[in-house]
Amino acid sequence: MMNRRTVMVAATLAAAIFTAPVHAQDKSIVVSSTTSTQDSGLFGYLLPLFKQKTGIEVKVVAQGTGQALDTGRRGDADVVFVHAKSAEEKFLAEGEGVKRYPVMYNDFVLIGPNSDPAGIKGTKDIARALQMIKDKQAPFISRGDRSGTHIAELALWNKDAGIDIEKDKGSWYKSIGQGMGAALNTASASNAYVLSDRGTWISFKNKGDLVIAVEGDKRLFNQYGVILVNPAKHPNVKRDFGQQFIDWLVSPEGQKTIANYMINGEQLFYPNASDPGA
Amino acid sequence: MSGELSALDLLLSADPTLIAIVRLSLLISLSAVLFAALVGVPLGACLALTHFPGREVLIVILNALMGLPPVVVGLAVFLLLSRSGPLGSWGLLFTPQAMVIAQTVLVAPIIAALTRQTIEDLWVEYRDELAAMNVGPARRVATLVWDARFSLVTALLAGFGRAAAEVGAIIIVGGNIDGFTRTMTTAIALETSKGDLPLAIGLGMILILIVIIINALAWGMRHVAERYAG
Repeated sequence: MMNRRTVMVAATLAAAIFTAPVHAQDKSIVVSSTTSTQDSGLFGYLLPLFKQKTGIEVKVVAQGTGQALDTGRRGDADVVFVHAKSAEEKFLAEGEGVKRYPVMYNDFVLIGPNSDPAGIKGTKDIARALQMIKDKQAPFISRGDRSGTHIAELALWNKDAGIDIEKDKGSWYKSIGQGMGAALNTASASNAYVLSDRGTWISFKNKGDLVIAVEGDKRLFNQYGVILVNPAKHPNVKRDFGQQFIDWLVSPEGQKTIANYMINGEQLFYPNASDPGA
Repeated sequence: MSGELSALDLLLSADPTLIAIVRLSLLISLSAVLFAALVGVPLGACLALTHFPGREVLIVILNALMGLPPVVVGLAVFLLLSRSGPLGSWGLLFTPQAMVIAQTVLVAPIIAALTRQTIEDLWVEYRDELAAMNVGPARRVATLVWDARFSLVTALLAGFGRAAAEVGAIIIVGGNIDGFTRTMTTAIALETSKGDLPLAIGLGMILILIVIIINALAWGMRHVAERYAG
């Protein structure tokens, strides 16, 4: 039935699979980060340079900020690199992280169809724009996935526009529970408004009729931070390699590298590790 | 069109990233089919030839498990392998090994259920002969599996099809890490989310092409082998 050759092949294959990547793991760390840093191509640009310098391979698992922090909480990542300061501070308060370092910022943009059914194009006031979307019941796509962008969106509705979105949302407000790219695809397919980080928007390839409707409001600021997962709580965390990665990101060299990343001549992220309040 | 061409260009120019992704996809899915067959074929054959109380219930459950949702299997394996889970000390989460484990769980019921049906049908034909020869149960299982080997290839291919096509399980336990756990299906999911729909479609067509080639190879090997087996 199972002849000897089959068993040999199985054993060889099993051995190959279960031993091969162990060596590769020796000098590597797992970073749980956000879809924006991956989809914008930033990591594809940064990580080879970091590896060249230190020999450390960085494996990025791209998730929403909430999920990325949970990955850290379970001890499945060595470093978290996310963008929701309030959630990051909670992570630190729980003792899950060692220290938060601000790294860089960009901003959110409100994307909408060129036809602009809510009539908000050109306004710089994000709170006013959201009020008009609600008044006109214009279609709006929400990430709905506890990502940094989703957290920022909720704060803009609830705090800045003074709208209790959980209570006041109607069929015009669709929460899709997916990543930034999926939200932009949905908005593109249904001519809806959507909040996006600028990096993902610039690199997004299926824009269709979508354009930037609102930008430049300082409430659209989007700060990224990096945290080493607490080795005291999760002994498997690779403290030295993880800290080396963090130190490089906030070093003058890492900061310059971040500033140099561009798509079509447009800078996607602005380093600000030296700003203690960021 | 241009996207499909660009994906085809990647393939024709033997783009190293694409080759690595294809290689990993095949390695993971074929390994999963192999491990699932080592468990599923004997299990299905034994179930076909034995009688015990609750056997029908077990068969219904096994058949139902063919429809296991990949995302649920992915989540279960994830919780097992997470550092906070019972097998966390193995350090397998976000590795290709974890992906093989998840796909093995998905594929094993398919192979077991189809093997059970195949062997049971064959058993009807062979019953009198084997009974007359008075062979023990182990020999019976071995004889029937051997004689059904060409039909069982279809069960393995069904399992491979499932493994090669799914994304829900491996994206959860593998993490879709660039150059490490990125496969055809997770790459397609990623390109879709980046809005590069033409590239995603192109990759999808390459994946379908690979599955067709695997099936054609299996078909050809079966016919050659059948001829030699007389």
